[in-house]
Amino acid sequence: MPKDGGIGASTKRREDLRFLTGKGRYTDDINLHGQAYAYFLRSDIAHGTINSIDTSGAEAMPGVVRVFTASDFEGVGGIPCGWQITDRHGEVMQEPKHPVLAEGKVRHVGDPIAVVVAESLDQARDAAEAIDVDITELEPVLDMKAAVADGAPKVHDDLTSNLCYDWGFVEENRDAVDQAIKNAHHVTTLELTNNRLVANPMEPRVAVGDYSLATDEHTLYTTSQNPHVIRLLMGAFVLGIPEHKLRVVAPDVGGGFGTKIFHYAEEAFCTFAAKQLRRPVKWTCSRSEAFISDAHGRDHVTKIELAMDKDGMFLALRTDTYANMGAYLSTFAPSVPTWLHGTLMAGNYKTPLIYVNVKAVFTNTVPVDAYRGAGRPEATFQLERVVDKAAREMGIDPVELRRRNFITEFPYATPVAVEYDTGDYHATMDKLLDISNHAGFAARAADSKARGKLRGFGIAHYIEACGIAPSNLVGQLGARAGLYESATVRVNATGSISVMTGSHSHGQGHETSFAQVVSDMIGIDADQIDIVHGDTANTPMGMGTYGSRSLAVGGSAIVKATEKIISKARKIAAHLLEAAEADIELKDGAFTVAGTDKSVAWGDVTLAAYVPHNYPLEEIEPGLEETAFYDPANFTYPSGAYGCEVEVDPDTGKVDVVAFSAADDFGNIVNPMIVEGQVQGGLAQGIGQALLENCAYDENGQLLSGSYMDYTMPRADDVPMFKVDHSCITPCTHNPLGVKGCGEAGAIGSPPAVVNAVIDALQRAGHDVTHIDMPLSPDRVWAAMNR
Amino acid sequence: MHNFDFAKPATIADAVAALQGDEAQPLGGGQTLIPTMKQRLAAPEVLVSLTHIPDMQGVCTNDAGQLCIGGATTHATVAREAASSFPGLAHLAAHIGDPAVRNRGTIGGSLANNDPSACYPAAALGTGATICTNLREITADDYFQGMFDTALDEGEIITEVRLPIPQAAHYEKFVQPASRFALTGVFVAKYQDHVRVAVTGASENGVFRWADAEAALSQSFASDAVADLSVDPDHMIHDLHASKEYRANLVKVGTMRSVKKAK
Repeated sequence: MPKDGGIGASTKRREDLRFLTGKGRYTDDINLHGQAYAYFLRSDIAHGTINSIDTSGAEAMPGVVRVFTASDFEGVGGIPCGWQITDRHGEVMQEPKHPVLAEGKVRHVGDPIAVVVAESLDQARDAAEAIDVDITELEPVLDMKAAVADGAPKVHDDLTSNLCYDWGFVEENRDAVDQAIKNAHHVTTLELTNNRLVANPMEPRVAVGDYSLATDEHTLYTTSQNPHVIRLLMGAFVLGIPEHKLRVVAPDVGGGFGTKIFHYAEEAFCTFAAKQLRRPVKWTCSRSEAFISDAHGRDHVTKIELAMDKDGMFLALRTDTYANMGAYLSTFAPSVPTWLHGTLMAGNYKTPLIYVNVKAVFTNTVPVDAYRGAGRPEATFQLERVVDKAAREMGIDPVELRRRNFITEFPYATPVAVEYDTGDYHATMDKLLDISNHAGFAARAADSKARGKLRGFGIAHYIEACGIAPSNLVGQLGARAGLYESATVRVNATGSISVMTGSHSHGQGHETSFAQVVSDMIGIDADQIDIVHGDTANTPMGMGTYGSRSLAVGGSAIVKATEKIISKARKIAAHLLEAAEADIELKDGAFTVAGTDKSVAWGDVTLAAYVPHNYPLEEIEPGLEETAFYDPANFTYPSGAYGCEVEVDPDTGKVDVVAFSAADDFGNIVNPMIVEGQVQGGLAQGIGQALLENCAYDENGQLLSGSYMDYTMPRADDVPMFKVDHSCITPCTHNPLGVKGCGEAGAIGSPPAVVNAVIDALQRAGHDVTHIDMPLSPDRVWAAMNR
Repeated sequence: MHNFDFAKPATIADAVAALQGDEAQPLGGGQTLIPTMKQRLAAPEVLVSLTHIPDMQGVCTNDAGQLCIGGATTHATVAREAASSFPGLAHLAAHIGDPAVRNRGTIGGSLANNDPSACYPAAALGTGATICTNLREITADDYFQGMFDTALDEGEIITEVRLPIPQAAHYEKFVQPASRFALTGVFVAKYQDHVRVAVTGASENGVFRWADAEAALSQSFASDAVADLSVDPDHMIHDLHASKEYRANLVKVGTMRSVKKAK
């Protein structure tokens, strides 16, 4: 029976009252007394040498407070990168300086050259038009393979080449993989592109810097998924401000999808300029500006080879990937094509030998970094596409080929360094075939054919690694940060509770689901529990929200802190009840002496903690507040089977997704409604990548899809009613909630399912088409049918 | 957006007078001009709104069997008021942009701008409409002169558009997926003794008539009549969303579908 509260209940999201009534408080809603406005003059040239910047005309314009250029930042560090990769030759990656404002060269369209701070935004913008920048254009570096060829122009003159790193994983397996592929019964090869995407959160980025001369304290209000990380990176590496003098606040944030993880130049600028000018400085990104300044996602070019024996058993897998870093290394960019990608190449399969080679390349494009799924969608896409192609080449049903190779025993150590704790891939596959009515496909295909349409069914079975992750492990892998999470549980005198979490909610519903966890543990109403997040001044140091980690890691920290609270409260209750602590039970918000009707209510215990008149002061301190830091023992491994059904218009190539089913194993579920929402959003984004979204540059490095006139976001009528199931549950074995994470799954599993479905439709109609690169826009599908 | 003065004349004469200034520009529904100004790609000193002139509003039919639409009539109004008299045109108007666009955008604004992927030029050319201005009457065949180029002179205002009502018509639009403008749109109109076929979105030269299809359909108004025809992709638009060949294909597919759906 569904619960009406606590863990497992589809509690309505408490944050929706303010979000749906326009009462959210976003960064752009923050306006400080005396605030000035920053406007960034950005390069409209992809690659060039800056000969001179004349700001004198701008400085004379009305309302201008000051114009900043790179020379104002000589004493300031560059924007740091948070992950260092060591390549297959034992060399550390090439790491160019990423200045706050362009120094000497511009390296992508959108690279900031100067900033005007003025009394109004219009004045700042007017003045920026009066800045005279003399740039000598250089040949832009755009194609990744050409970028690493001998004699290619260099994005960074002080680096030896445009190659950031040449990563091999697992390097020791390289020869064995080569040998296995050479000797295999059959090898399926696929070359594909994982298309570059623009994250496009509904709320563009905003930063407001403030400085108090009286206290020497800086405050940055910013649209971030992780305010503590911004405080650490910006304070320690860019501006040299110690933590106790720097507060970072990320209030309501309207979506992140990864692109608000990173520390951006605009944040450092506003913080820096506020002190220089002794007044608050605000920057609000326009939508057009977001396209050329928010980190982009994906952009891999891959060749993948899958070797099989005569029965279709996978023998070896080899991949060769070029990963676009863009012009500079964004905060976590180097980790995405490596540790978040290579470690997932086993997928759900018992492939014994795997070798992944990734060449990360600098180009004159916007930096590329984590975007919903980050590395795992790239891994899943190529693997589930090559498995599908292999099935067709081998004449084995795609479902059957997957089943033959599924991992069935857990824990399972893959040949790519990770150990899956739990999973049941046959169960999720069974569930998918059931909810998608796979057996009825032939009848539906006949109906489509009668209407002149080509119908296809595509399957993908994904695995992802969430809950990133053990700090000691990621440290060995090059992370320059820990990846624990934190929580402080502050019980107030009357029993209400404030939970301060280092996680950050920007659409995930933490304020609801985290409260459900604490409510369930203590047995008091969730209305008595507030979740506080987003402000370094009142939350413990935490690493923020990304990688579907917040319930698994942040939620576990809350569990640990709440356990400490309960342990202490039990001691107080034992004292009040004059019983042994071991006999005290907590149930439904009251402490009871086991086997008796003697009990004391939660509120009486908490009141005793703060009014300790009758209290064991010699044994325990007054008060009821505990903090816990939780560092997981392993990643979590959600998995699932996705089925996409499409109709293709043979005359126009238009693909309609007519049905989509998702059978996920997320481990235990705290709030099924929120989980379903997360999956639906992910599916929409994945369908967007597969069919619609295309971040494309022309040969001069100009962004062709620089606005919604050309960049296609998925809309409601582009997606079907989803069938989402998460009843297959193999709980995570190493976190106290048994949860795995659900935020990215939809975006990871859906692109290969969509593409597999289109290929299926075309092949059923007799077209010899084995691959089409995403997005599968009508013209591309039509061209493939009419080659 | 830069600052500008705003004039709101109530008569065509006042509007024409207000447009005499060098830096004055007429404003219809503003669906193109306002975004352009917001991007600072246009900076007129005076905007002369045409949407408060009663003589330029409304839809009616005249004795010559023409649907007469005031130049400042919104798409939403056309979609509603032409539904029974000219359903093919009402369908076109009902599928321009989204409700916000349809409640602001005007037929005169669309035709004056002559965006190569706008819908209305296909209807005007596909019916052989008459474009009436404050100065003269221009036939559609003379009016459209290439992308964003028309026969209008500086300061000339479209006051009314008169479209001969066909026996049957349909506009088949294949949308550019991001903007949902016409990637290619085909307007087919069947009259007593001839058929007109006009194509928007496809050509580097803007809206055009597909003469071969008109000839074939005038002989036999059935989609099979154009099955063996082909469209030369040479002067089609090539961009991020579609190749020349794809657009040429859509011209044919759109024509065939329009014939099937014409009513």
